[in-house]
Amino acid sequence: MKYKVLNYKDTRSGFGEGLFELGQENEKVVALCADLIGSLKMNAFAETFPDRFFQVGIAEANMIGMAAGLTIGGKIPFTGTFANFSTSRVYDQIRQAVAYSGKNVKICASHAGITLGEDGATHQVLEDIAMMKALPGMTVINPCDFNQTKQATKAIADYEGPVYLRFGRPKVATFIPYDMPFEIGKAIVLKEGTDVTLIATGHLVWEALNAADMLEEKGINAEVVNIHTIKPLDEEAVLKSVKKTGCVVTAEEHNVLGGLGESISGLLARTVPVPMEMVAVNDAFGQSGKPDELMELYGLKDKNIVEAAQKVIVRK
Amino acid sequence: MADQLAKKCTFASITKQKKSKIMATIDELKEIASQVRRDIIRMVHGAASGHPGGSLSAADYLVALYFESMQHTPEPFDMDGINQDIFILSNGHISPAYYSVLARSGYFPVSELATFRQLHTRLQGHPATMEKLPGIRIASGSLGQGLSVAIGVSRAKKINGDNKLVYCLMGDGELDEGQPWEAMAYCGGNKVNNIIAAVDYNHKQIDGDTDDVMPLLDLKAKIEAFGWDVLECNGNDMEAVVSTLQIAKEHTGKEKPVMILLHTQMGMGVDFMMGTHKWHGAAPSDEQAEKALAQLKETLGDY
Repeated sequence: MKYKVLNYKDTRSGFGEGLFELGQENEKVVALCADLIGSLKMNAFAETFPDRFFQVGIAEANMIGMAAGLTIGGKIPFTGTFANFSTSRVYDQIRQAVAYSGKNVKICASHAGITLGEDGATHQVLEDIAMMKALPGMTVINPCDFNQTKQATKAIADYEGPVYLRFGRPKVATFIPYDMPFEIGKAIVLKEGTDVTLIATGHLVWEALNAADMLEEKGINAEVVNIHTIKPLDEEAVLKSVKKTGCVVTAEEHNVLGGLGESISGLLARTVPVPMEMVAVNDAFGQSGKPDELMELYGLKDKNIVEAAQKVIVRK
Repeated sequence: MADQLAKKCTFASITKQKKSKIMATIDELKEIASQVRRDIIRMVHGAASGHPGGSLSAADYLVALYFESMQHTPEPFDMDGINQDIFILSNGHISPAYYSVLARSGYFPVSELATFRQLHTRLQGHPATMEKLPGIRIASGSLGQGLSVAIGVSRAKKINGDNKLVYCLMGDGELDEGQPWEAMAYCGGNKVNNIIAAVDYNHKQIDGDTDDVMPLLDLKAKIEAFGWDVLECNGNDMEAVVSTLQIAKEHTGKEKPVMILLHTQMGMGVDFMMGTHKWHGAAPSDEQAEKALAQLKETLGDY
């Protein structure tokens, strides 16, 4: 199947639409925001369901605690702020009041990664997946486009337990059909292939699909696997693909330390050790710039995945 | 002292009917508090670790809450606590007092207090939900988080049309953290009126007096500046605690959140544990435990 661009939309708008629909469908759903309603696209929910929406101001620690408390009484709280302030800013609050306490809180994080752009490294969190996946019981999801983010937003409301949902700021290609099934913890094989497995999450999934096209022109048949749920990892799907292709490239908008690539490498080291390359940010902070300039500078483009694929195939 | 402090408060005085009910139970509550203090000493001694100082200072308040002020159903335990008053403990290290009060009010067998801090216990060093100990609704221990959780519970109650109250106890030391002030700002700014918060104001923390470690300055004025009405009482005088809680209750449902500053003594009830911060997190030896227990009447039977 060939994927085409349906439109260009930001994944955060997928979150906003999903949340608004949840508001209509599930009255247990409540939302909290730390002074970023517009950025998180939570306006529709906030305006339509004022009794179920909490503006907490720039007080993220209080927001996480309140969200944990709202579950006591049967609510399903969705918190919204930038990814940096959703994780590192409040890691201890999430650890104790949400993860360790087993609370049904959905931590929804926008502006993840370097594609936040011009605001620079203070806001460009590249360590959030590492932090969140290290918490026992935490589900970690990084959808790839508008449609998948909307699907994920709706799916996590039906799942009982703490979830970290990570999405981004810029308008990117929407290519996942709106009716493609989405299941937490289930990888999606977007393109079948035999020579190399490209495993990607978030914004890098579109890059991986483009990379597969570019590899095709070089006579390399790549399989593209979309891991939207980094934890729990769909080990079966990864191993099935890897056993077929014999080598892997992972791609993510995150630090190489603690990200999707490390999860995959840990799995493979324990089961089917095969050559592997990781396309990720190489243990660095970001900087100001346009999203695309930064993706280029930090080596997160389709061409970087192509290079990694060519390199890994030689090592087979 | 209780009367003097009560006079300071500008709230409606409690009715005669309520007063007589309280008077009838004060002695009982004191007896329960004595047993809770014994439990605290025996638990911390048994585990050879734990935090007796703050547990002893807060014991009277917790007893007043669970045996007098709160409407709650220990059995069967309902995590959501619909149509029940809910208590959130912020300073989780006073778990010995908390566990004792929960067990003594029927949430779990009193005999289980003997497992405090042992491997595989439901009575973890700091309160936790993972082992599903009835009565615990949130983990605490990392300080400063409880009032935020209490706000969340209070908002859920508002949405649910549940007019019961949410209580929260904080230590004075944890007010060094920023988060309690975020939470206080939220409550004051949003007129949260179904929470009764309290501070165990024993003026001690691990490294010494609060005035030396991190001065709280005029705590009452600071909290008032965040939009709260602040009550004060001798937190180790059962009658004062019960009557102040009653005043606080009458104050809910109005314009401002209400905070009680409980003037207490760390180590209250055991002479050699009082007047020092040294028993914040230290367990007594066999000899010290014996000496402490000799000062605390066994009223409900030791576990």
